[in-house]
Formats: sequence, C-alpha cells, structure tokens
Amino acid sequence: MKGTIISSRQISQRVAFVFLGLAALFATLPVLLIIVYTIINGAGTISWNFLTQFPSQAGKAGGILPAIVGTFYLMIGTLAFALPIGILAGIYLAEYAKDNWLTRLINMAIMNLAGVPSIVFGLFGLGVFVLAFRFGFSLLAASLTLACQALAMVITTSREAILAVPREYREGSLAIGATKWQTVRHIVLPQAFPGIITGAVLAISRAAGETAPILVTGAAFLLPGLPSSPFDQFMALPYHLYTVAVHVPGAPKTIMWGVALVLLAVVLSFDILAAIIRYRSRRGI
Amino acid sequence: MKEGRVVVNNAVSPAQKNGVKLRTERVNLYYGSFQALRDVSLDIPPRAITAIIGPSGCGKSSLLRLFNRMNDLIPGARVEGNVELDGIPIYSSKIDVVELRKRVGMVFQKPNPFPISVFENVAFGPRRHGIANRAQLEEIVERSLREAALWDEVKDKLDQSGLALSGGQQQRLCIARVLAVEPEVILMDEPCSALDPLATLKIEDLMRNLAAEYTIVIVTHNMQQAARVSDMAAFMMMEQDRAGVLVEHGPTSQLFTNPKDKRTEDYITGRFG
Repeated sequence: MKGTIISSRQISQRVAFVFLGLAALFATLPVLLIIVYTIINGAGTISWNFLTQFPSQAGKAGGILPAIVGTFYLMIGTLAFALPIGILAGIYLAEYAKDNWLTRLINMAIMNLAGVPSIVFGLFGLGVFVLAFRFGFSLLAASLTLACQALAMVITTSREAILAVPREYREGSLAIGATKWQTVRHIVLPQAFPGIITGAVLAISRAAGETAPILVTGAAFLLPGLPSSPFDQFMALPYHLYTVAVHVPGAPKTIMWGVALVLLAVVLSFDILAAIIRYRSRRGI
Repeated sequence: MKEGRVVVNNAVSPAQKNGVKLRTERVNLYYGSFQALRDVSLDIPPRAITAIIGPSGCGKSSLLRLFNRMNDLIPGARVEGNVELDGIPIYSSKIDVVELRKRVGMVFQKPNPFPISVFENVAFGPRRHGIANRAQLEEIVERSLREAALWDEVKDKLDQSGLALSGGQQQRLCIARVLAVEPEVILMDEPCSALDPLATLKIEDLMRNLAAEYTIVIVTHNMQQAARVSDMAAFMMMEQDRAGVLVEHGPTSQLFTNPKDKRTEDYITGRFG
C-alpha cells in the first residue's frame, strides 16, 4: 500500500478536476443533444421536394421553399443595414470618440441594447418602421428591426477588433506622415477585418433564428408567392416552425422537425463560417 | 565606422558650423498633472547625430517625441515653450502635423514593420502621399532599401511579409520606410535595444552613413553606443518630482571626456543609473 499513498491535496485536486469536467460536459451536452435529436427526427423529412416546393394544406404537407427564401432575404437585408452602420460606429467609438461622459453613455447604451428582449425590438419595429415610416408589414421593416438588434453585436465586435490592433502599427503609420484616416483605412481596418466579419456573421446567424421581431413586423404564415419587393410580406423559417407547431392542429411532427433541421443547419453553417474565418486569420499572423 | 573608434573628435562642432535644425526653448511637457520635462533648451545641429542619454524614466523619449509631435497622441499631453524646426515653431496652430511628420520621421524601439509585404512596407508612405505610379514606387523602394543597407538581403523577397525578416532586418526595413518619404530628420527611439550586437553594429554603421544627409536624433540608454555613433550628446536626468531636465549637452567627445556637470560625470563613470 505504500505506493498508493495520496495526500489530501492531491485528492482535492482530483475532485476539482472531476467537477470541472462535469461542468464542461453539462455545458455542451444540451447543444449536442439538440443537434442529434433534430437530425434523427428531421433527416427523414428532408427531400428535394421539401426544400423546393410551396407548402400545401396549411403547412401540413408540401415544402418550405418560401420560408427558406424569406429567411435568406431577411439575412441579406439585416446585413445590408447592420454591417455598414455597425462597422462605422465601431470605428468611431474605437478611434475617434473622446473618452467623456457622452462616449461612456453610448457604450453603455450599446451594451444594454444587446440585452433588450427581442419582442421589445419587434414592438419598436412595429411602431417605427411599420407604422411611423409607413413601410407596412414588409421585408424592409422586418430587416430594419432585426438590424437594430444585430447592431449591438456588430458594433461591439468591430470596436474590440479595432482596439486589438497593436499601437505600434498605428504609430509607425502616423510617424511617416499618414493621416489618421489613412492609418485607419490602410493599417487598422485590414488587421481588424477578420474580427469584424466574425462578429457580423454571428450577429446575422442569430438574426436568422429570431421569431418575435419578425412576428409583428412582416412575417406571414402562408403566402401564395415569393416576395417580389422589399415592401412585400414574407415567410421565414422560425415563424413557420412556430405557426405549424402551435396553430395548425394535426400538422405532422415530421414537418416540424424538418423545418427545425433546416433552420438549425442555416444558423450552424454561419457559426462554422465564423469559426473558419477566425481560425484562418489567427493562423495568418 | 571602424571598430575601436570611440569618439568623434570635433574641432568645430557641427552646430557652430551649420546652424540649428531643431531647437527647444524652455520647454515644459505635462501629461495631465504630471510634469515629464522641465525647462529643456536644446539645439540640434543638421546633418549630424545627436544622442540623448540618461537613466530610465528621465524623459528622453518624451523629448524625442516632441520633435514630431507624437506626444499629441497621448491624452492630456500639453507643451509649454517653443519647439522649432528650421526656425519655425512646430506647435503653432498653423502647422500641419501630417506634413511635419513627413519631414521628421521616426524609428521605434521595437521594430514595427506592418504585416504586409516588404515592398508595401516601404511604399506605404509614398502611396499615402499620393504616388500611385508603379515604376516610380519601385524606384523609391529600391533607393530606400539601398540607403537602409537592406536591398541586397531582401531584393528577392520583396513580396514576402515584412514580419518574416530577422529583428535587425525589420529595424532596417522600418528605417527604409522612413527614408522613402524623404524626411529631413530621423528620430530614433532606442532603435537597437531589441537587437543583438551584430545587428546593432549594422544599424550604427547605417546611422553614420545617413548622418551625411540627414539630421539624426537618437535616444539610447547604451552609453557606449552614444559614444560610438554620435557627434553631439545631451544628458538628461530626473528631478525629485520625477520631471526630466537637461543637465548638459555638447560635442560627444567633450561630454564623455570632460563633463562640466558633476552629475554627468557620475553617470558616465557608472556611479549611478
């Protein structure tokens, strides 16, 4: 027994390792379970027809093409508004804003923006874009609403990515007579680009999965055709899933799992894209 | 410069011969409420190397950064007194800081090539100042790299990242990057402190060659280096309240062999610092 004497310090270390490992396992387990469960239940539904046809019998049969297209348009619309404004705001806050009460207030507002419940964004969009701006229930109003929600993340990640560019690069550029803007444009932004894009991709993947904001700003359950202008209503994957699950009695479970799987695939593929960009940029340094 | 040659013995100092390129008159520099420099008056002659020496924290770098207004980047920095380039006050509101920094280039302590190709590193300044012609840029890049004694080592890898070079090469690349915008003054902030002795000697050789055309001001904590390369030397110290003051300045030979101030003598003989 002499060889197996373990001090109490070593015991407590082992116990700690076990607990930390379990915590890590519990953190990843739900995600894995959701993915696996969705694939098991939904994979059978996925077919060429399911992806390329319009729904029939109030969503109880047929495909989900308009919901896929609608979500795709929404993501583009969200990105079109959130990316430029978010990056420009990030540049301003990181490079130009003086450290005063106004800047601190803005930073605090942005942080809080990320914590606002999505239905509140939806009601804001309803009040401002649908009613006040008279965009109606439309792709445009919903995109703008989602963009407002995505802004917080795009601004924050842009600002962090810009601030992470080493001071030496800026000084080297300024010290040979480049202007502040030239330094930002030619040295800082190229360096910060991967971080900015990562944030944008994550923000948009989150926007793709949102239900509440589009529920009140333009999503429709069933439409006869695809949207042909930004002022049309649209179908979207998360809203379709919600309606089929809640408001269509007798809808087959397989359809719901099929929609869920497609939505999950869209969101996860964007997250993976973000991870790839991050990995490649890290390797490039 | 040959090895073993320690001090340039100037019969007539360049300052007396050629006038003054840079001048500070009774300059006080503050960072917020902290005074970093007190009452510094210093004349720097053209086409010569002036070394600023002194113990850590005595304000050497702060003094150097006055000349291209890099201190402007530090929030709360404030300058009193007069700093002149060719007799023109550079802290006047009429001065274009961008134009000033084109004339007064700077090389930093840690080599800081941009994470782009060797060619683009050198072409960066000229491009920002409006040169877009490829042939012209190629000519500038080659001339600058030759002037920085780096051309032969990198002419076959102009497309490689500047970060792929060795530390000494990186620092010479940074010097080439400054030379490419055709400055009149080159400020060097401990340019060799991150380099090995051989790379250091190369930079020192380069500085001696450049001194024929450029006004060079170097901050160094290495007294042997100051003695080896500089024509003029300025000794700084920290006072009780941590403000930096200029103790004495003059031809390097005189400052090292026959210092006027007791504190200079104590420092160069290694009694403190």
